[in-house]
Amino acid sequence: MTTTPTPRLGAHGTPTKPLPKIEAAMAPFFAAAQKHRLVVQRCIDCGALRYPARELCSTCLGSTTEWIAVSGRGEIFSYNVMHQVYHPAFAGDVPYAVVIVKLAEGPMMTTSLLDCPLECVRIGAAVEVAFEDLSADVTLPKFRLIDPPEQP
Amino acid sequence: MSQTHRLKGKLAIAGLGVTPQGKVYDRSHMGFAVDAVRLALLDAGLERSDLDGILLNPGLAWGPAAMGSYNLQQALGLRNVRLSSTMNAGGATAGAMIQHAALAIDAGLCSTVACVFSDRPLKSPEEHTNVKNNGGASSYVFPRGLDAAHGQFGMNAMYAMVARRHMHTYGTTQDHLGAVAVTQRHWATLNSAAQFHDRPITLADYHASRWVVEPFHILDCCLVSNGGVAVIVTKAEHARTLRKPPVYLWGMGQGHPGGDIRETLTSGAALAKATAFPMAGIETTDIDVAELYDCYTFTVLATLEDYGFCPKGESGPFVSDGHTGVGGSLPVNTGGGQLSSSYMWGMTPIAEAIVQARGEAGARQVPKHDVVLASGNGGLLSTHTTLVLSPLPS
Ligand SMILES: [Zn+2]
Repeated sequence: MTTTPTPRLGAHGTPTKPLPKIEAAMAPFFAAAQKHRLVVQRCIDCGALRYPARELCSTCLGSTTEWIAVSGRGEIFSYNVMHQVYHPAFAGDVPYAVVIVKLAEGPMMTTSLLDCPLECVRIGAAVEVAFEDLSADVTLPKFRLIDPPEQP
Repeated sequence: MSQTHRLKGKLAIAGLGVTPQGKVYDRSHMGFAVDAVRLALLDAGLERSDLDGILLNPGLAWGPAAMGSYNLQQALGLRNVRLSSTMNAGGATAGAMIQHAALAIDAGLCSTVACVFSDRPLKSPEEHTNVKNNGGASSYVFPRGLDAAHGQFGMNAMYAMVARRHMHTYGTTQDHLGAVAVTQRHWATLNSAAQFHDRPITLADYHASRWVVEPFHILDCCLVSNGGVAVIVTKAEHARTLRKPPVYLWGMGQGHPGGDIRETLTSGAALAKATAFPMAGIETTDIDVAELYDCYTFTVLATLEDYGFCPKGESGPFVSDGHTGVGGSLPVNTGGGQLSSSYMWGMTPIAEAIVQARGEAGARQVPKHDVVLASGNGGLLSTHTTLVLSPLPS
């Protein structure tokens, strides 16, 4: 049986958003994010890029891997708008968008947007990475619209 | 006319057992499973001692269920079982169990196999007050580290991404998704066993229903149900001696395309049918009624396209034009499906396919039911199974 996430409590007893547990395979990704660099895995054997991390390359089954910096640019490939509250820390945010960004280099990332009103979220919009420092260990790569709409 | 496949019509479904479904709390997942097998044996006119195979698809309440099929054997008091496995390919498992049972019987490993699904994700009101994790829909949230950090929780949100991309690529609209929900609810009103048989809806009701995660309203999402279903497979010549008319297995196949579904927007149906339809000796146009796995309204749309009932991207207008409804050219999910009847993973479409093939569907019986399609779908359009069933041996 799966369980719902247990909310962490912040300074005032309010739930805080879940931080990702940093698994060994993804540690270089989070280490780079702390330095505000976006990286993905690259197979040294065949050059294929992958995200999230895998131990062996699903293109050639090679196991020699490096992490390389990517441009941080891409476009919104798809999105949803969350209305139901699955975690109490998001209760004040609904409705909010979660997006899939297709990076210029190819890999797709499930992520979210900074400073983007819902009505401006559209498939094909150009975005670039923007880092949100959440804790001493965790910086989350999010994205911003490259051409934000004029504010009224 | 190509040569008939040697398996066509050789195996048959002899028994179907369906427990009460939905907000039913008087049994555990194991109790539902045992009861479903008991009902399937009664339906077939078989004794417990006639069963020598047991395949189990464990729902969430089973937990990891490493020894699930053995535990079910013990609960059923079965001796000398010759085929036993606990199987999981998500919502495609039910079809896969029937396929594996048929192949094992044909190979002589065993003679009569019960294929079983049960689950009990819903807690009763009393249980709600006593447990921290209240089960129900929250059982399907599946929190994933990075996704959860961005506020994405659960299968609803993941399917919503694919549905949104389909809308962008092909012009599928919110009305098209709604047409699936409204059409299936209409079918459910003709099925007294459906959880929502007494609540018809209009397209306006659909649009007014609450959002879960856009583009999905609550009426785009399948139900969460307690209950169990068992299907008994045996050789056709054996099935002909039993209580119910056999439902013959004409064709079967699986399709698990791999790659990134978010880019292809295509289920495994096209691959699975390429195996199943030639075995059955049919084309898509020969199918009289289709019971399609419907975890979401969108899943029905993608599946209709991938079986070739309409061109890719044109499923929305196909459903909105009424083809899949009562009196339509291709009745689909005639019991209300998982959106309106009950959610037994892949067993819901298979159970309805059996009922329609036998002509036992009462008010919702389709007039022509010689060729009946049942599909299973697991993950994010990740796994797929096809069954072609018929009341005719060939
Ligand atoms: Zn490689």
